Amino acid sequence: MTEIPGTIAGATIEGPAGPARGYWSNVLRRLRRDRVAVVCIVILALILLAAIFAPLVAPGDPFRTSMLRRLRPIGTPGFPLGTDELGRDMLTRLVFGGRLSLFTGIVPVINAFVIGTFLGVFAGFSGGRTNMAIMRTIDVFYAFPSVLLAIAISGALGAGIFNSIVSLTIVFVPPIARVAESVTTQVRNLDFVDAARASGAGAFTIIRVHILGNVLGPVFVYATGLVSVSMILASGLSFLGLGTKPPEAEWGLMLNTLRTAIYAQPVVAALPGAMIFTVSICFNLFSDGLRSAMDVKL
Amino acid sequence: MSGQAEIGDIGGPAQPLLAVRGLYRHFPIRGGLFNRTTAVVQAVDGIDFDVHKGETLGIVGESGCGKSTTARLLVRLLDPDRGELVYDGLSVGTQDGLSLREMRRHVQMVFQDSFASLNPRLSIADSIAFGPRVHGVGDGEAMARARDLLARVGLAPDTFGPRYPHELSGGQRQRVNIARALALRPRLVILDEAVSALDKSVEAQVLNLLQDLKAEFGLTYVFISHDLNVVRYISDRVLVMYLGRIVEIGPVDRIYEAPRHPYTRALLSAMPSMDPDRRTSEAPISGDPPNPINPPPGCRFHTRCPFASEICQTRVPELAASPLAGDHLAACHMADPSSGHPQAGTAV
Repeated sequence: MTEIPGTIAGATIEGPAGPARGYWSNVLRRLRRDRVAVVCIVILALILLAAIFAPLVAPGDPFRTSMLRRLRPIGTPGFPLGTDELGRDMLTRLVFGGRLSLFTGIVPVINAFVIGTFLGVFAGFSGGRTNMAIMRTIDVFYAFPSVLLAIAISGALGAGIFNSIVSLTIVFVPPIARVAESVTTQVRNLDFVDAARASGAGAFTIIRVHILGNVLGPVFVYATGLVSVSMILASGLSFLGLGTKPPEAEWGLMLNTLRTAIYAQPVVAALPGAMIFTVSICFNLFSDGLRSAMDVKL
Repeated sequence: MSGQAEIGDIGGPAQPLLAVRGLYRHFPIRGGLFNRTTAVVQAVDGIDFDVHKGETLGIVGESGCGKSTTARLLVRLLDPDRGELVYDGLSVGTQDGLSLREMRRHVQMVFQDSFASLNPRLSIADSIAFGPRVHGVGDGEAMARARDLLARVGLAPDTFGPRYPHELSGGQRQRVNIARALALRPRLVILDEAVSALDKSVEAQVLNLLQDLKAEFGLTYVFISHDLNVVRYISDRVLVMYLGRIVEIGPVDRIYEAPRHPYTRALLSAMPSMDPDRRTSEAPISGDPPNPINPPPGCRFHTRCPFASEICQTRVPELAASPLAGDHLAACHMADPSSGHPQAGTAV
């Protein structure tokens, strides 16, 4: 085809001025205007960087104990955030604890995001009996409260970080699959999918080009909201002795071991809880901001 | 041209581009215990017609008469329960005929909802280029084709190509949908209420665009609409549907000037006239069409027909030509002198 592009009856319609932007750059622009979301991203980035570069950032050794300086208050010289029940530096342990806590918060959600999206999109796109089989199986997991399920699976598999990640992944697959399935079912019935079928595209191409682009966004928003839940559950598992084992630094475990000191040094004992709270709420607010930034149906 | 072998004209101009033979599509309604079929909607119930090369065939009827189901059957978004589509002499979806994938290059569709029929996450150019890419056209060539088509539907490629559907107006989006349908260089385009959702002024522009594109690319249209004026303007022949069956088919002038079926007459008399000397004389039909779940036996129109007699309640009238005009068919006992209808042979 080497025809010269022409116009019908010379009536080329000019669009409104202004450069056309891609969808994601639009989302980014809107997200930048959301002050709450920006603050949350900054806080999360700081905590994440501190955790990654913990050996460089932390002032001391997280495992060095001292019976002489147990449960020092906040502001003690050399120990800005005090010491714990074994005399270890709290600031150091909080920085190092972020590594495990963030890891157990984010990794199960990523795993569940991949598995759940796959199951949900497959079920939603297939429809009919396949959908029925997959979704009813997933519903079985819904019958248990998520905390109980996590404890039960962790308990069955035994204590340890790896097992707690496995159990949390299993806990988060059903809700993510459910969201992915419902969005897929919605998108699948839109005319542009029919138009793609009418162009002769196969199921795989349609899913790749037309379904995933519209499903991943909402599922991603939902999953970021789950990170906070995952952190709390992971902390809970550690608290119960099913996750991380002492002397490893992890916020949930620290909260557990410090609880005996709640009357002696209440502020220091509450610090790991404050970290869990901060990170959770930041993930939640960030997820809210992302949701409204991505909501551009019109 | 690379990657795509063109199938040109096969049977010559006299062979119908698309022949529809005995097409049935019923939708079971499931419910109750064990998901049993409790009722059947007879959406399309045995239709036969030809689409000639280069014509525009209009399909009209009330809502729920099976127009859209017919459209979806023609592009095989739905599989028929029974019946056959013959595309330029080749049976569609059979071993020695035309494969579905091949057929889809030649038959494309434009949908009513201009927004829902474009992927909100794809740029306009990507949406248009999708079809050719699926059929193995290279990336550069597919994009070039998209730009070319954008220009042809009157949208500046540089301005609109990178845009997203929500940034366009309804009329612009429908132009994009038309460009997308043409991207595979089809010979037959099914337009399912393609202009119904547009403003009147935009509708006129798009109709003219469709006429221009038809001449330029040598297209054949099946134009489905409930708007009788639009159908009269654009069609060469008109097909009238009622409750899943064809009641009348013929050249546009014959249908509009001398309709033979009482339903067509009632439909046309419901059309407001702009001319005070041509007032509505015949009473328009009232009420809704009967439920397609349990359509009336015999002639499906007999429950609302002012001329209904006993024969209409029992025998299904056949789509038959009149002795005067061979290409004007109507399914009414009154048109058949031997039917036994008291007024047989009197009406046309």
